[in-house]
Amino acid sequence: MKAFKPLLVVLFLLLVWEGIVVMFSMPDYILPGPKAVFISMYDNASLLWEHTLVTMTEMLLGLILGVVFGILLAMVLVYFVALRPWLLPLLLVTQAIPVFALAPILMLWFGYGLASKVVMTILVIFFPVATCCYDGLRHTHQGWLDMAKTMGGNRFAILRHVRWPAALPALASGLRVAVVVAPIGAVVGEWVGSSAGLGYLMLQANARLWVDQMFAALTVLAFCSVSLYFITDLALKKLIPWQPAT
Amino acid sequence: MFDVVVKNAALAYDERIIFKDLNLTLAGGEWTCLLGGSGVGKTSLLRLIAGLSTGKGLETSGSVLCQDGFSLKGRIAWMAQQDLLLPWFSVIENITLGERLRNSFFSRRKVSAQELDRARHILEQVGLSDKATELPQNLSGGQRQRAALARTLMENRPLVLMDEPFGALDAVTRLNLQDLACDLLANRTVLLITHDPLEALRLGHHIYHLQGEPATLTEAIMPPDSPPRSLENKELMSLQGELLERLRNEEERP
Ligand SMILES: Nc1ncnc2c1ncn2[C@@H]1O[C@H](COP(=O)(O)OP(=O)(O)O)[C@@H](O)[C@H]1O
Ligand SMILES: [Mg+2]
Repeated sequence: MKAFKPLLVVLFLLLVWEGIVVMFSMPDYILPGPKAVFISMYDNASLLWEHTLVTMTEMLLGLILGVVFGILLAMVLVYFVALRPWLLPLLLVTQAIPVFALAPILMLWFGYGLASKVVMTILVIFFPVATCCYDGLRHTHQGWLDMAKTMGGNRFAILRHVRWPAALPALASGLRVAVVVAPIGAVVGEWVGSSAGLGYLMLQANARLWVDQMFAALTVLAFCSVSLYFITDLALKKLIPWQPAT
Repeated sequence: MFDVVVKNAALAYDERIIFKDLNLTLAGGEWTCLLGGSGVGKTSLLRLIAGLSTGKGLETSGSVLCQDGFSLKGRIAWMAQQDLLLPWFSVIENITLGERLRNSFFSRRKVSAQELDRARHILEQVGLSDKATELPQNLSGGQRQRAALARTLMENRPLVLMDEPFGALDAVTRLNLQDLACDLLANRTVLLITHDPLEALRLGHHIYHLQGEPATLTEAIMPPDSPPRSLENKELMSLQGELLERLRNEEERP
């Protein structure tokens, strides 16, 4: 029943979509109906698949690297107290500048290929991961720390057995956010300059007024993002069973 | 067993003095119980003795010494009001946590077989043999506190500091755990904080009452017989009434 609900939501959205198309008799070049989009998806399956792979690679690489960097930064913030007043503003600055503004520069530095999109994705997800992990590591239950101290534990062992597992639920919420925003980084990167990927496909289709293909690419992107979220959520629930139920 | 002597202890949060010039001797191998209303500074005193008093705006002075001349470091086991079981470890992993934490981060050494045997034996003593591999979330409140007691025993330290360890349990479970703790922690030096006069009277060799602001200790009460004292003891009941009355008067003052 639980797995059913997302499906129902999707079905409902499709119905609304079709309803709007029929009710306002939308022309195909403004809003094609679901049927036209699915036909386009079917016709362009291999093309879509090729570009989906590109975008997914960018997203996943960006996610993995962004999570690693985010966690490392959180650790540095926790353990090198003296660096905090320097690193925190720096972290905020990276977030104050919109990725859109940075994208052209990143193209210049990292080229039009995979690297610039991965860097974009890293920039987008780095912040939620770092801040959530940092918060989690900082707010270990004082009672646990007191107990560990009277036991005579050394700080690395305490990190490993107490602080780190205690921070995992917070890190998990950071990861959930990261997975949701990761496509933004990748697609924005593709819009600014690329020769492959779903974002690129959308731009191309848009320029040629192939609106049905554009919607096909968008639908695939949405599907990938939502699946990624649910897979991550499921994995996190399995891996961290002690997190508070949400 | 050595005495532990607290001398001229003082503690203040942001210039608000919780207690000062406080002297207390914990008789070696006996239970000392500390009664007091909430907020008088019982936990603060216990943390001071445990060497856990650090934090912003916290000022402490005074000394805590062992009569045998050695330092207290590494001789304290700590049992708090919450059971402090780590939800990601099974019961037996929780009980051997101390060993894990003292191992170096990089050593691959697991908890030794000998320690595991000892842990199993202790689990048997507290009646949790069948729960060794359960996660804490699958335990009842009483079982969780038994596991916490087992972890305290596993540490095998001469001085045990307990902060209202049975406060959150229902009456019957509490009595059972009191008996169990009294049995298993006999011959250790124990400082037990409680707000329950009956608990103090059942378990303590010496009972102090912490009261006032700044807080001071009253004369020790030394109930007759040896703990755990029976509830049918007449003298116990009259002492309980007296102590309850005292605690109540204290609360009524603004
Ligand atoms: N970290 C802290 N900062 C400031 N005040 C504190 C802090 N911890 C405790 N206090 C105050 O010190 C007093 C004694 O607290 P505590 O020792 O916990 O009392 P008890 O354990 O007897 O209930 C309380 O009035 C409390 O408000
Ligand atoms: Mg307290």
